[in-house]
Amino acid sequence: MMRDLAKIFRTLTVLAGVVFASGTVMAGDDGMKFFVPPPPFSEGIFPCSQCHEGMEANPTRRELTFHTEISRGFNHAKEQRWCLDCHNPDDRDRLRLASGRLISFEESEYLCGQCHGTIFRDWRVGVHGKRTGYWNGKKMYRLCVHCHSPHWPRFQPLKPLPPPVEPSAIEYRELPEERIPLNPLRNVNDRFSKEYPIDGE
Amino acid sequence: MKKGQREKQCSRRAFLQGAAIGLASIAVPVGSSDASIWEAFFQKHFREMNANEKKEVIERLEEEYARKFNVKFNIKTTQAVPGTLFGYGLDLSRCIGCRRCVYACVRENNQSRDPQIHWITVLRFESGEKFVHDLEEADKYYNPEKVPEEGHFYMPVQCQQCENPPCVKACPTQATWKEPDGIVVIDYNWCIGCRYCMAACPYGARRFNWGEPRIARSELNTETHYLGNRPRYKGIVEKCTFCIQRTRGNPGRYPACVEICPVGARKFGNLLDPESEIRYIIENKRVFRLKEDINTSPKFFYFFAT
Repeated sequence: MMRDLAKIFRTLTVLAGVVFASGTVMAGDDGMKFFVPPPPFSEGIFPCSQCHEGMEANPTRRELTFHTEISRGFNHAKEQRWCLDCHNPDDRDRLRLASGRLISFEESEYLCGQCHGTIFRDWRVGVHGKRTGYWNGKKMYRLCVHCHSPHWPRFQPLKPLPPPVEPSAIEYRELPEERIPLNPLRNVNDRFSKEYPIDGE
Repeated sequence: MKKGQREKQCSRRAFLQGAAIGLASIAVPVGSSDASIWEAFFQKHFREMNANEKKEVIERLEEEYARKFNVKFNIKTTQAVPGTLFGYGLDLSRCIGCRRCVYACVRENNQSRDPQIHWITVLRFESGEKFVHDLEEADKYYNPEKVPEEGHFYMPVQCQQCENPPCVKACPTQATWKEPDGIVVIDYNWCIGCRYCMAACPYGARRFNWGEPRIARSELNTETHYLGNRPRYKGIVEKCTFCIQRTRGNPGRYPACVEICPVGARKFGNLLDPESEIRYIIENKRVFRLKEDINTSPKFFYFFAT
């Protein structure tokens, strides 16, 4: 009974997620707060209204003349989906749920969760997706769109880091300090290895 | 016994003479710089030390490391947080085999770069291959342009932190043991390098320092734990400790491999907390443990989220 109540409470608090500018405070069960980093917009693209203000909404499926990369590469249930199924035609800086409710880009997981319900359920409890922070404290979540482009959601392949040294290549040597091999992780600098601070740490 | 043979045996006089010379030769190292050698030699077992004795050992080690690496190390002896039993989850339906966990672990835990030591091994299997018992068939040297590859899946293996660890039973000096929070640790100052534990481990999770461990100074992690990532010595065994220096704490951080994983396949938490991620996984997902039939009872759970 207590557990059910806790679950209901958790769901309610998640649904009532409060939005902040730098990171979204997601939920507050047991005094814990979950954060997400700001959405990964391409530079200069947001707010959408800076261009779309006063522009007539055109729901026709077509080759776009501005967001060309998106319309060309679009591969997200492409038979069923087009821009205005998720983007709100009247207020371009917000997204629209099927219910008509408008949400900000910082809480886009609700939009994804409309179709991907089981994944959304796992994400909320911390099973789907990456978390950083504290196992018994504050956790930094990631939005769906931090790992999956909303327009071509399949996770893009990565270059693997080098395999271990094969036994035949092992030799006895005493290298000078400057010739000790360095960690290949030094050269990895992409959005997946980006660290997001919690509480300005 | 024949008479001639008896004469060849050591007489009482010869024995005492020899013993005196032997003792004198042992007593050679004197002076302040050699005092630490004696202290190290007579260091007590870690679990028998009181707070004061631990502090002395830490001070001696920090001095020793400062001399050796020219960097100031901080060595913690943080004890297990009461009410915790650490458990780990790894989602095989997500892992893409990118090996970032391997090198995040190397960075965090001061593994030797040369000779190379990795605590995590990522195994690659052909889709449809029988894998739970035939780890030998796996390829750990795969190196394609991009992962994941069509027709393959990946399974990282590291110390499984068994509840019933065969390595601990094998150790003749009790240099390795299971802590109250379930982490199997090694005291690198008690390990004699016999490698019995490596032979006993069914998961190939333990690594031996065949040479003097070498790490570039710029890559040393100076935030360490006595039972975790402090620099090791030639001739001792080491392995994954669930990042004891990070995870022990209130709040405690996630292990380095959890935080680096780009696909979020790695999960970590307290098995005694019914609200933890790891408990949710065990209760709601399809979970298995490696070589369950040999009764090692690992706290490392492989699962399939989808």
